[in-house]
Amino acid sequence: MSPGFQGRRRTTDPALPPGQYLTEDFPVLSAGPTPRVPLDRWEFVLATETGDELRWSWAELMALPQETPTVDIHCVTRWSKFGTSWQGVSLDVLLDGVDTAADYAQAHSYGGYTTNLPLDDLRDGQAWVVHGYDGEPLPAEHGGPARLLVPHLYFWKSAKWVRGLRLTVEDEPGFWETAGYHDYGDPWREQRYQGD
Amino acid sequence: MTAAATGGRVAAPLGWRVARLVQRRVETPTAQTLVLSVPDWPGHLPGQHVDVRLTAPDGYQAARSYSLAGPVDGDRIELTVQRVPDGEVSPYLTDVWAEGDPVEVRGPVGGWFVWRPAQTAPVLLVAGGSGVVPLMAMVRARRAAGSRTPFRLIYSVRTPADVIYADELRVRARDDLGLDVTYLYTREAPDGWRGEPHRVGLADVNTHGWPAELEPLCYVCGPTGFVETVADLLVGLGHQTRRVRTERFGPTG
Repeated sequence: MSPGFQGRRRTTDPALPPGQYLTEDFPVLSAGPTPRVPLDRWEFVLATETGDELRWSWAELMALPQETPTVDIHCVTRWSKFGTSWQGVSLDVLLDGVDTAADYAQAHSYGGYTTNLPLDDLRDGQAWVVHGYDGEPLPAEHGGPARLLVPHLYFWKSAKWVRGLRLTVEDEPGFWETAGYHDYGDPWREQRYQGD
Repeated sequence: MTAAATGGRVAAPLGWRVARLVQRRVETPTAQTLVLSVPDWPGHLPGQHVDVRLTAPDGYQAARSYSLAGPVDGDRIELTVQRVPDGEVSPYLTDVWAEGDPVEVRGPVGGWFVWRPAQTAPVLLVAGGSGVVPLMAMVRARRAAGSRTPFRLIYSVRTPADVIYADELRVRARDDLGLDVTYLYTREAPDGWRGEPHRVGLADVNTHGWPAELEPLCYVCGPTGFVETVADLLVGLGHQTRRVRTERFGPTG
């Protein structure tokens, strides 16, 4: 116990995972400079474990069915933000018909960032490639032109500046995971660091 | 040094340890350095941070991350905490926490924004406000290791009164061979400072940093807008993005 500590930001909101606090801001966290990716050179590549590749240009991504998920997001640095509104394409659409026996995916970003997730966590309406935030194009510092959105996991799994997914048979740790962060990252189980 | 300290993968859970306040140093009107005693501290690298957790009488807990301010020193660690006026954790640490009282500490955390004394590439450190804390850990580790790696620190503050570690930096800049320290002031400059107060710009980074051809490692830490600006300037000056490492400080209390 910490003598004299009462706590000022108590909340009983059941939508807030343990150890998180609510913010109205949208903090930015990245490990390096913000990449600037011109749309005419942007592409999204889905590579299976056998080396097959599917590619989408920006125009092709825009031509796919669009969704507008409104979700809560939870950053491992302990802020959560409720009711964020995005626009993008469901991973169900991108993965539709893909022949794979992979259990995992590693997301790759412009700028070199990587993060790993189970493939099942990208299916069934749980994940999107989003390019719009709050009705506007997604700003570069928040991951534009497009980022992954996987709101049920800590937000570092929602790779900014995403350029593709590599489907893998083994779980291959990404950038933060190699540096000691959790391979799965469930905010409801406080899976912040390896071993949590 | 443990796997956690070296940024390797750790299978064992990173447990909470009980830490007690040993000493408090006032750095500026809003920042204090807290010296903690943490039994069985596993060691850390400069640039890493810890989580600090407080527990209220009824069991309610709040935790925040703080950068380690100094290199490894046995069971002692130093944190420099900027008091966030409406924050939950920092006002307790700066105003309420008494010597001998326990808090819980977990770490070290982070394996990317670190400097290892074995590295020999020139280093540019760019700090905005309290973003100087993990960079000071690198300056101190360099001295502790007797490293001659060339270091340059560009430190942007609002006013001269906001400089954290002012006395020590004066000594370091005088005595540590190969360490240059440059201050930038955004609101109010000291007497005799050349130029007008301004936000960091291309000329500052170009004049007081390293040429990109020397392939320095650049560490940038501060508020988001500051970090975005400096990282963009460095890339614009030809630095490879992979050699620009950033850490953003937000007012998270």
